[in-house]
Amino acid sequence: MAEATETKISATNTAPAGKRPVIVQVRDLVVRYGEATILDSVSFEIYQGEIFAILGGSGCGKSTLLRQLMGLEKPAAGNVLIDGDDITAAEGDEQEKILRKIGILFQSGALFGSMTVAENISLRLLEYSDLPQAMIDVIIRMKLSMVGLDNVEDEMPSELSGGMKKRAALARAMAMDPRILFCDEPSSGLDPIGAAELDNLLIQLNRSLGVTIVVVTHDLASISAVAHRAIMLDKSVKNIIAEGKPLDLKEHSDNPLVKNFFNRMAESGVNLKTKSGKEK
Amino acid sequence: MSLDDSHLPERTISLAGRLSLTDATTLHEDLLNGVTSDAFESLKLNLSGIEYFDSSAMAVVFDIERTTKAAGKKFELTGLTEAVKGLLTLVDREKLTAPSAAKKPKPERILAQLGGGALSFLADTKAFIVFVGDAAGAMAGSFVNPRSIRWRDTLFYAERAGADALPLVGLVSLLLGLILGFQALMQLKQFGANIYAADLVGLSVVCELGPLMTCILVAGRSGSAFAAEIGTMKVNEEVDALVTMGFDPVRFLAVPRMLALTLVVPVLIVYSGFLGLLGGLIVGVGMGDLTVSGYLLESQKTIQLWDIGQGLIKGETYAVVVGLVGCMRGFQARGSAASVGQSTTSAVVTAIFLIIIVDAVLTLMFQYFGRG
Ligand SMILES: Nc1ncnc2c1ncn2[C@@H]1O[C@H](COP(=O)(O)OP(=O)(O)O)[C@@H](O)[C@H]1O
Ligand SMILES: [Mg+2]
Repeated sequence: MAEATETKISATNTAPAGKRPVIVQVRDLVVRYGEATILDSVSFEIYQGEIFAILGGSGCGKSTLLRQLMGLEKPAAGNVLIDGDDITAAEGDEQEKILRKIGILFQSGALFGSMTVAENISLRLLEYSDLPQAMIDVIIRMKLSMVGLDNVEDEMPSELSGGMKKRAALARAMAMDPRILFCDEPSSGLDPIGAAELDNLLIQLNRSLGVTIVVVTHDLASISAVAHRAIMLDKSVKNIIAEGKPLDLKEHSDNPLVKNFFNRMAESGVNLKTKSGKEK
Repeated sequence: MSLDDSHLPERTISLAGRLSLTDATTLHEDLLNGVTSDAFESLKLNLSGIEYFDSSAMAVVFDIERTTKAAGKKFELTGLTEAVKGLLTLVDREKLTAPSAAKKPKPERILAQLGGGALSFLADTKAFIVFVGDAAGAMAGSFVNPRSIRWRDTLFYAERAGADALPLVGLVSLLLGLILGFQALMQLKQFGANIYAADLVGLSVVCELGPLMTCILVAGRSGSAFAAEIGTMKVNEEVDALVTMGFDPVRFLAVPRMLALTLVVPVLIVYSGFLGLLGGLIVGVGMGDLTVSGYLLESQKTIQLWDIGQGLIKGETYAVVVGLVGCMRGFQARGSAASVGQSTTSAVVTAIFLIIIVDAVLTLMFQYFGRG
């Protein structure tokens, strides 16, 4: 069924037209670990329905920023508004209400190893609803087919291949029909074909469900194929050094740090233009 | 290697042939002798004759460069062949040959070490207190709303910590009873007071050694497993996933485990008590000329209900300690698989340490307030 609606990776994924409401707003965010400042007064916005990339070299604070957006850690200063509610200040029920709007695809998948795939997907549904088991089963199969998996409900995560794990984790992230999906390095650990398939899947979810997707990545093919808009962080500046369409950043930026990032990517053999056509 | 000593202030050393791991040590010694023995102001190392050159040879050259520079002399590499150049482009020569590049042994002062140890002990204690608070909150919340407890998980851990531990706990307790009985009998025989072996074995096993041994075994079997399981989940981002799905990880992961331990440990202790007594009985009857009924009667006369209660209170406290420490060490795992191993080890060590401390405190308390 995935084939029927397959979306081809084009050179760029064009943003949905028209001005959209802001769904994530980050204001003057400061993050410190002990003495070390990792992010210093970062501000940006993410619009509803777009695919937004957070780029930067390793150690520049991408995952740190993402953890703030998901409310996993509290900032030293500043705030993060998810659909108007401040996740950095929310506690208890209010926090739960915000968390229900977001789904997360962790870098390692983070499926619960002691539960079957079905139990992983239904965990939240069982907690927050009184749906009868039959309905839950239907939802589980629906979510799995959405990510191109079937007949894996009763498997343990350890029995799945890397790509299947990521898909199952994606199904779990989508279980509660979130409005925002956060993905940390979605293509890490996958071969180029698996990575491209996952990118396709993200585009499909974005187009057909309108879910806002925030991706942390340094896979250049992924950035250009998937993201409508991107910000780039830098370790020395501890802040955003560029913001815009990925292709514009690559081709038209004057900032040496930005150029440096894309050059390093190119040197490492990941070329924006040739990647999608290249054999493994 | 050839030395050219024609003019002293400047010295040139030429290297030729194949230089590899097998002769790097000799080369290093020869070169060091060459550059440290006499006075010169600048050194040229000529590599034009090199046929093969590997990383160990490069390391020798860098070390010589560093030594020369550290002595305040000039250094120059000449006659670079392609092979050498290739190797050079891959490394940061500046940094590797800076005079300070050699690693100096860091003599950490004993006082600093003690201070550091004390600080980390304080931090550890603080973390433990914070975790005790979290766990108490989660436990209280679970009891207010018992339907929120993950009973299936609780039963699973209860089976693993309890039923699966029966053979080991039984064997250890039986042996403990045998050993205690034997030791007691050896002394008491001299006074013809054989029957008091029953009192000695009974009281030690029921009040003290049974609970202690059982909980040390539980710490080794279950405390370590808790730390390893939760630690692995932490490292795999599964704990983060729980939090972002709106679950409290302490309530989800620690409460069922701790509850399971507090449910099964009393049973294990009673079981361990019986087998300990059995051990004493076997020795008493076999070596001390006592009758089975005589031994049992004496035990029954000595062991009061309060002694059993005391053992159970101690054991239950140890069980809480083992559960808390196991789960806390699991949540403290960070980064990589190696830290899961550390957490596991430290769960067992900390638990046993705390069990002994708690034992001392409780024994004193029972002594002063218990029988009054
Ligand atoms: N829990 C933590 N405690 C201390 N330092 C941390 C912690 N998490 C991340 N860091 C530091 O923050 C910096 C940014 O890390 P991270 O956000 O993981 O980078 P990225 O994902 O961009 O590679 C790194 O220097 C890292 O060492
Ligand atoms: Mg990261």
